[in-house]
Amino acid sequence: MTDEVAKTLLCVRNLVVEFDTRFGPVRAVDDISFDIFPNETVGIVGESGCGKTVTGLSLLRLVPSPPGRIVQGSIILNGNDLVQLPENDMAQLRGDDISMIFQEPMTALNPVLSLGTQMTDVLRQHRKMTKREARNVAIDMLEKVGIPVPEKRIDEYPHELSGGMRQRVMIAMALSCNPKLLVADEPTTALDVTTQAQVLEQIVELQEEFHMAVILITHDLGVIAETCQRAIVMYCGNIVETGTVEDLFQRPRHPYTKGLLESIPRLRDERIAELPIIPGMVPDLLSLPAGCRFADRCKYAQADCLQTPPRLESSGDAGSGVACYHPLN
Amino acid sequence: MSQPLLKVVNLKKHFPVRGGMFSRVLAKVKAVDGVSFELGKQRTLGLVGESGCGKSTLGRTVLRLHEPTAGQIFLDGDDICTLDREALKQRRRDMQIIYQDPYASLSPRRLIGQTIQEPLDVHKIGTPEERKKRVEELLDIVGLRKQVLSRYPHEFSGGQRQRIGIARALALNPSFIVADEPVSALDVSVQSQVLNVISRLQREHGIAFLFISHDLAVIQHVSDDVGVMYLGKLVEYSDSGSLYRDPKHPYTRALMSAIPIPDVRQRAKRIVLAGDIPSPMNPPSGCPFHTRCAEAMPKCSQVVPPRVNAGSAEKPHYVSCHLFDGSPESPA
Repeated sequence: MTDEVAKTLLCVRNLVVEFDTRFGPVRAVDDISFDIFPNETVGIVGESGCGKTVTGLSLLRLVPSPPGRIVQGSIILNGNDLVQLPENDMAQLRGDDISMIFQEPMTALNPVLSLGTQMTDVLRQHRKMTKREARNVAIDMLEKVGIPVPEKRIDEYPHELSGGMRQRVMIAMALSCNPKLLVADEPTTALDVTTQAQVLEQIVELQEEFHMAVILITHDLGVIAETCQRAIVMYCGNIVETGTVEDLFQRPRHPYTKGLLESIPRLRDERIAELPIIPGMVPDLLSLPAGCRFADRCKYAQADCLQTPPRLESSGDAGSGVACYHPLN
Repeated sequence: MSQPLLKVVNLKKHFPVRGGMFSRVLAKVKAVDGVSFELGKQRTLGLVGESGCGKSTLGRTVLRLHEPTAGQIFLDGDDICTLDREALKQRRRDMQIIYQDPYASLSPRRLIGQTIQEPLDVHKIGTPEERKKRVEELLDIVGLRKQVLSRYPHEFSGGQRQRIGIARALALNPSFIVADEPVSALDVSVQSQVLNVISRLQREHGIAFLFISHDLAVIQHVSDDVGVMYLGKLVEYSDSGSLYRDPKHPYTRALMSAIPIPDVRQRAKRIVLAGDIPSPMNPPSGCPFHTRCAEAMPKCSQVVPPRVNAGSAEKPHYVSCHLFDGSPESPA
């Protein structure tokens, strides 16, 4: 990103993830490539079904299989290709070098184990700590994520906590081994806005404290604008645009990014009669068009858009690019 | 506003919490606790608040889908709380509801045509041909093609289903619709399409809405008046312009500053509220918000703040907060 040539932390190349369905295999993620640098927060944004969650899951090789599988591509973390790694080694990496938090904290936590048991498991597994050491670290972590009276809370069960608290516990657990990369999949979507504000603030603070990179997967462009330095916009299994948030939000180049930004209701000074819309809907992954997947909803589409799919062309600075034959500006 | 279309006076809905031997009533959840508002003809009142604040319960109680515990609901001057079953059924023609979850609100075993036509069948309106024609008209209003009539809900996306739900609510030509989080389950690009359908209903069909959402930006987009709910109470209530320009209640201000803004130039300074919403089973004494309020004073935990008009007589701006009730403790 900058000229001090930060070494890439994670390098994803030509990743393809397929799922078997009754009607044949579909590509939920279709040939995507991107880099993540240390200490940065990168957003992956897109609507339901665009492949953002599957991308996140494949980074930890957690794509449910069957029906899903990584059919092509590489995911290089610290010089290791995670796609090729034996499952045992992968298990060592998860929770240690790379962690993930999920949208629904209630289903991600085990309801019959106390927080302490769940949190110390990670530490005892990866750090070979004794019970007592692990418990002390876990209490520290709970305190860091802002859980009041952590030495008491640690013996409680997930149902005794509110949604916001559960998500904090998930974060504490994910960070307890000081990962280099945290994948956060819609971490605040199930929360109310005031709680969301608390949790996002927490993630930003911890990102600085722990010197980790964060991949924040969300459908909410507002969340991206407020927390990320860079963002990746996905549509229908492809990356359509990437860039710094300043560029993406002020000078979107892909018509989809622009349409998405315009169609969000936002606080305005005047009421407007109609919101700008993106007409139509996302194409079915089973019967994709030959050309650009956004073409039939795009008001700038021309004949060449319908022939072959555009490739993501990087433009100048590393990590910024657009997949469009007729980019804006 | 001569006579309001809908007038709600001190409405309460308390749910008993039962347990123990003989299912005794152990406690009450005061989901809606003394709410009053008016909705003018062809106007839209937006109700905003976080989960558990009672906004959906309020929406359903107004239609008597929940029996109110106390209070009055006047539709065109008639108190609908006193109506018997048959009279209520007749009155329901005038008031309909659109639900949040388009996957749960349509019967999976019925054709779309049957679903949309059902209200007409129930109320025995028109001949079969007339009903068919009306259904086609409704589809046109919500922007769907005729071919959908002989298909099933699973064949449709969330946005299309929500349009079907809207068509069903419109079937009886109601003057008033409760829209309970109608776009919350939808993706952004589809959300704007459905919001535009709703705007058109407001403009071209003159339908009044009670529009419930947790999203302040969506509420601003559709509403003439806005009410902010917290723990079963309406803490602030005024016309939309005044509320968004000059939010008064500390909760409204915090809520507004908590919205992530999709614009990198305005990374706002947030008021981050501490803690969570208290349980409605055991709400705090005094002002329900005092446990999280940065401006709480000693009296806030003791005295329930009265509703005062902090605006003008023509343009009332009601707020229930001790900062505005003119007592010596409040700032000038």
